[in-house]
Amino acid sequence: MRRANAGRLVVLPEVGIERPKLSLRGVGKIYRNARGEKVHAVDDVTLDVAPGEFVCLLGPSGCGKSTLLNMFAGLDRPTAGEVLIDGRPVRGPGPDRTVLFQEPALFPWMSVVRNVEFAMKLIGVPRSERRDRAMFWLGKVQLGRFADAQPHELSGGMRQRAALARALACDPEVLLADEPFAALDAQTREILQDELQNVFQETGKTVVFVTHNVREAAFLADRVVLMSAPPGTVVVERHVTAPRPRHYEDPALSHVVREIHEHLIKEVEKVVASEIGS
Amino acid sequence: MSRARSVLRELWPLAALIVLLIALWQLVYVTGFYNPAVFPSPAQVWDSLTQHVHDGTIQSAVAHSMARLLIGFCVSVVLGTLVGIAIVASSVVQRSVGRLMIGLQSLPSVAWLPLAYLLLGIGESAVMFVIIVGALPSVALATAAALGQVPPLLQRAGRTLGARGWGLYRTVVFPAAIPNYVNGLQQGWAFAWRGLMTGEIITYGAALGLGQLLTTAQQRLDAPEVIAVMVVVVAIGMIVDLAVFGALDRRIRARRGLLLPAVA
Repeated sequence: MRRANAGRLVVLPEVGIERPKLSLRGVGKIYRNARGEKVHAVDDVTLDVAPGEFVCLLGPSGCGKSTLLNMFAGLDRPTAGEVLIDGRPVRGPGPDRTVLFQEPALFPWMSVVRNVEFAMKLIGVPRSERRDRAMFWLGKVQLGRFADAQPHELSGGMRQRAALARALACDPEVLLADEPFAALDAQTREILQDELQNVFQETGKTVVFVTHNVREAAFLADRVVLMSAPPGTVVVERHVTAPRPRHYEDPALSHVVREIHEHLIKEVEKVVASEIGS
Repeated sequence: MSRARSVLRELWPLAALIVLLIALWQLVYVTGFYNPAVFPSPAQVWDSLTQHVHDGTIQSAVAHSMARLLIGFCVSVVLGTLVGIAIVASSVVQRSVGRLMIGLQSLPSVAWLPLAYLLLGIGESAVMFVIIVGALPSVALATAAALGQVPPLLQRAGRTLGARGWGLYRTVVFPAAIPNYVNGLQQGWAFAWRGLMTGEIITYGAALGLGQLLTTAQQRLDAPEVIAVMVVVVAIGMIVDLAVFGALDRRIRARRGLLLPAVA
């Protein structure tokens, strides 16, 4: 990286990935807040995500990482630069890029299995195949027995699992996740991280995962992209080469965590300083 | 017999209140404070009620009233729902029609009657008109509110799963709005019911409904019958609210986990 204190971090070559699945090209975002003031959320972010890569966007709150995710999802537009999927501009959301939100966002009027079938129904998958695929994915996330339950009958962790099954059942090319495990208790979070890792290994989907949790990022990602204090831009990138399936006890991971953590702390301190100063 | 028990548990407070009110009423009657000619006893009202049920007057009046109410309510639900959707779909409609609806909602239905008579003549159509315009603003505003309260997160989830345009409305927005919409219909029903009574009490040219029974009884100075018909009106209001809207509301909310657990 361009910084002297980047230390042992891997310096990424300026030449990008040859055929990126997702790309941000000089992306910026300025929006007006409720008081009409201009907020510079994201500044000049350029990032490529390779097909089948697991990228974690990590950063202090307000660094625009969720904004970038929403741009990939087609739920938000940049005010500068381009957002590309397979080299073509993203035009609105679609089931080729499903999203796991921080809250499960299951439809409360549908049973769990109908939630999972939702996207398949829209693209016209025949009824019996729909059910088979939904049950397959519910089995993958250990919810086979709860197919006919209503979402409110499930625990928080089970709901997020159902949301994961729903996001994957329509066979998207890209899975986008916006701090999906942040609201769960620590044990449930680790179990779900493990399940997500398994799913990722089995399916080879491209994943962009937003988090503010360094351990989570190091555990899940092929590459951690650390963003700065607002306006958010990429500070440093770190490849995580530890073999999968990973375990939290892996010393290689704690090493990575320590490195990234030092950088993150600096950015968080900047945020705190600006909050106190303003 | 748990169902019978739960019905009993649901209804005993109301039954107790009715018994208490009848007792108070009887007490006032016995003191002779009011002239018995205009202040009948509970027993006299009961006699009048049974007599009119016996000769079929009440049933026929209820049938006429309910037919008017059902037709008028259905028309106002269809129109009001469309207006409500338009209010949500367009901010221009919201700022024009939406605001007009708020104004009209505060207009008592009786204020529509003179215009209805002039436009439609004193008769069936005027009563129907008053029911429809009485309930329509309430249904429209409730529809708009219900649609406006659909969580944005669910809409975002629907869009990322491939729902767009009309499909998003059909598969996400409308289903998500249903619990609040049903509450809105319940309120619309109350407005329609009041509009019906207003129309019937004042309008002569139409077939005899409960409102006309009230008027004719008053003209015959038949206080027991006046109160007997009022009892029927209130009873129907309660039954529809409990058995139709209340039951529907509970079913929808239970399915979505929106009911508070019953206090044991």
